[in-house]
Amino acid sequence: MSASRRPLPGWVEIGLLPLANIAMAFLLVGVIVEVIGVDPLHALKLLVLGAVGSSEAIGYTLYYATNFIFTGLAVAVAFHAGLFNIGGEGQAYIGGLGCGLAVLALDRYLPPLLVIPLAILASAAFGAAWAAIPAWMQAWRGSHIVITTIMFNFVASALMVYLMVNVLIAPGSMTPQSRGFAASAAVPSMQAALQWIGIAVAPSALNLSLLLALLACVGVWIFLWHTPWGYGLRTMGHNPEAAVYAGTNLKRMTMLAMCLSGALAGGVAVNELLGVHHRLVLDFAAGYGFTGIAVALMGRGHPLGIVLAALLFGALQQGGAELAFEIPAITREMVVVIQGLVILFSGALVHLPRPWLQALFARRG
Amino acid sequence: MQELTADAAIELRGIDKSFGSVHAVRGASLRVERGSITGIVGENGAGKSTLMSILYGLYRADAGEILIEGRPVEMASPRDAIGHGIGMVHQHFMLVDSFTVLENLILGAEGGALLAGGLAAARTELARLAGEYGLAVDPDARVADLSVGEQQRVEILKVLLRGARILILDEPSAVLTPQETDRLLQILRLLRDRGVTVVLITHKLREILAVTDKVIVMRRGEVVAERRTAETDAQDLAELMVGRTVRFDLDKAPAREGETMLAARHLSLVDGRGVRLLDDISLEVRAGEIVGIAGVSGNGQTELLQVLSGIRPPTGGEIEACGRRVDAAHPVDPAEMRDLGVAHVPEDRLRQGLVPAFLASETSILGYQDREPFCHNYLMDGPAVGRYCADLMERFDVRPRAPGLRSSNFSGGNQQKLILAREMARNPKVLLVGQPTRGVDIGAIEFIRRELIKSRDAGCAVLVVSVELEEILSLADRILVMFGGRIVGEVAAGEADERMLGLMMAGARAA
Repeated sequence: MSASRRPLPGWVEIGLLPLANIAMAFLLVGVIVEVIGVDPLHALKLLVLGAVGSSEAIGYTLYYATNFIFTGLAVAVAFHAGLFNIGGEGQAYIGGLGCGLAVLALDRYLPPLLVIPLAILASAAFGAAWAAIPAWMQAWRGSHIVITTIMFNFVASALMVYLMVNVLIAPGSMTPQSRGFAASAAVPSMQAALQWIGIAVAPSALNLSLLLALLACVGVWIFLWHTPWGYGLRTMGHNPEAAVYAGTNLKRMTMLAMCLSGALAGGVAVNELLGVHHRLVLDFAAGYGFTGIAVALMGRGHPLGIVLAALLFGALQQGGAELAFEIPAITREMVVVIQGLVILFSGALVHLPRPWLQALFARRG
Repeated sequence: MQELTADAAIELRGIDKSFGSVHAVRGASLRVERGSITGIVGENGAGKSTLMSILYGLYRADAGEILIEGRPVEMASPRDAIGHGIGMVHQHFMLVDSFTVLENLILGAEGGALLAGGLAAARTELARLAGEYGLAVDPDARVADLSVGEQQRVEILKVLLRGARILILDEPSAVLTPQETDRLLQILRLLRDRGVTVVLITHKLREILAVTDKVIVMRRGEVVAERRTAETDAQDLAELMVGRTVRFDLDKAPAREGETMLAARHLSLVDGRGVRLLDDISLEVRAGEIVGIAGVSGNGQTELLQVLSGIRPPTGGEIEACGRRVDAAHPVDPAEMRDLGVAHVPEDRLRQGLVPAFLASETSILGYQDREPFCHNYLMDGPAVGRYCADLMERFDVRPRAPGLRSSNFSGGNQQKLILAREMARNPKVLLVGQPTRGVDIGAIEFIRRELIKSRDAGCAVLVVSVELEEILSLADRILVMFGGRIVGEVAAGEADERMLGLMMAGARAA
């Protein structure tokens, strides 16, 4: 008990501990897979090949990872401020509304160089606005942000269904989706982009939004650790009383943190709508917001860790889909179980292997 | 004074405990006789609380033996300690405010799936204890409605109800008024006469001399002396605690007062429930003087510092700080106060003064993070912050000199020196200091007090709030006493003595 707070070497803390968590999750997954009558090693091979076995597979893995980076960053920024934003899902969804409205209004009149940045800004602004309401309710009214952000996910979902079915549906369409965006609003696919510089890869859903996600990582890193606002935000997260003492306005800082968080979640809409669907559709954000919580936890709230965790979850998503396709006994739900176990071990049980690692390194040190 | 029995209720042999590089307890051995009151005294950080936490199973000793009633025992957790009849009353009460006394008493020993049985049993037991030890408390009162002294009685009852025969009290009088303290001492005597063994941890010599049979003195983690209370006096004990002659005589030149830098006029603060926390406070602090605010903890000193530093706006009256007027309609925030030249060393350094998880370099700019030279063009300059912190550490002798170390890894004294350095480095016009040396080791105490006087001599207006009378007496040029949110007296330092201030602190005399 008293050993639980003894520090581990840095590389063990951020490198080995997560690996041990993942290994334990996979061990348990192996047992389950064995029980349903599938050879675990064969399944593992299919999973890995499905995720990184071809340039197409890698493309899809990175495409999923892009979404996870956005939502992981969103959760992490709020988390550094001591706020648990469960509403990434809804913020990404409403971000999509902003994105769609901007494109539908502008795509026939403006060139890509204007439409795309404006659509990105609209995604971020709508995502931020959707996060701002729970933030305001927490800061001024004392409503707990965990509850309100969860509820806002449902509100967002209902609102989008209403708008898509009644307002934004393409005339004459049977499915609730908007008209297709004009070509001027398409973020180039990675395949096309790489072709310009002479590299041939298989087509996939991966598009240049990945670069935007990486840029967001750098931005978040600079903001949190190299600006006075990021300093104030982290102070509030660790120690609100110290933040007040330092002259930080907690209400305003809550708004800033949540708006930033919502804006980052809006990035999912850029990847999905501008990069893949090229129209406003229903449910494009499904699941990414929640997985983002696991990504942020596993990445320890650090952009670099979030990129690595997003890659892992992207690989699980893509490899899991392949696995379900190849082995009928392993269904989509099984893949969700695998993700769930990884989340369980790297989230809730993150400190489980700590005593063993401590014993290991205490003996050496 | 009753005759002491020879057999020991508690015996500790060669207890040793380190936290990281801090050697908190060094080979401490002691005996506590059954049915006696034993005092353990020592300065802050002398290791007395750590030693008792080991006895109570909160920490594991690195080495040494614990014997209860002559038998060696393992104390792996408080559960073991309770099993051996040891009970501990903590400095901070562990009570659920919204529960009744009875509900608090059965907490953790509910006695079955339904509460009714446990409550009824506790009620009978409580009546018995109340009769036997004179510990009368209304069993159906809500804890939130009780006075601090009564809450402490509930804590003691809770421990006795668990069958404790050995009672450890950690700084029990820190939150009590002198009258409540006297009442507590009476209860302790009664407990002893009924055969309970009492261990009293404190640094207040008055209580030790009034109630104990034996005193154990600790210094720097070691047991340095053991005395029959009847054979010692305050002077002797104080010298043993500090390890040399006690007068904290700071060669202090008389104050050269300048103009008024900070003034409060008819300041009041009423909280949301209508409780008057500050009541018609008027005071002035002039450049070049130290004004000390004495008082029992919880009489409005915390709120006064909050209001003066801009953390909370006053609800009535006004403040004039370095030429700027502040009142309910024109509040300032702490950042603006800093801009005016009002620096603030907060009372609670771990919750307010620093962020334990931050690096020392980050802590060294808390509140100044958006200023030159730490921040230009909206970006912070990490290397500049590191150099600044290293410089502060050098000037204020913060050890270790490691700007890259987490703030929580520094000792209390060094954390305090770093905070003081941060607030004094910018040559403020007004310096507000809350509990300058709480939980700070002796070496650092002297250093901090000398720095405060240096700052005064450089023309700073210094306001010191402290619950340590001795500190107020040695630092202040003028002393104000707070009681119940009011200033009840003002004395020039030369004319003040502990007795007179003590009476005012108890509200016995209005100025």
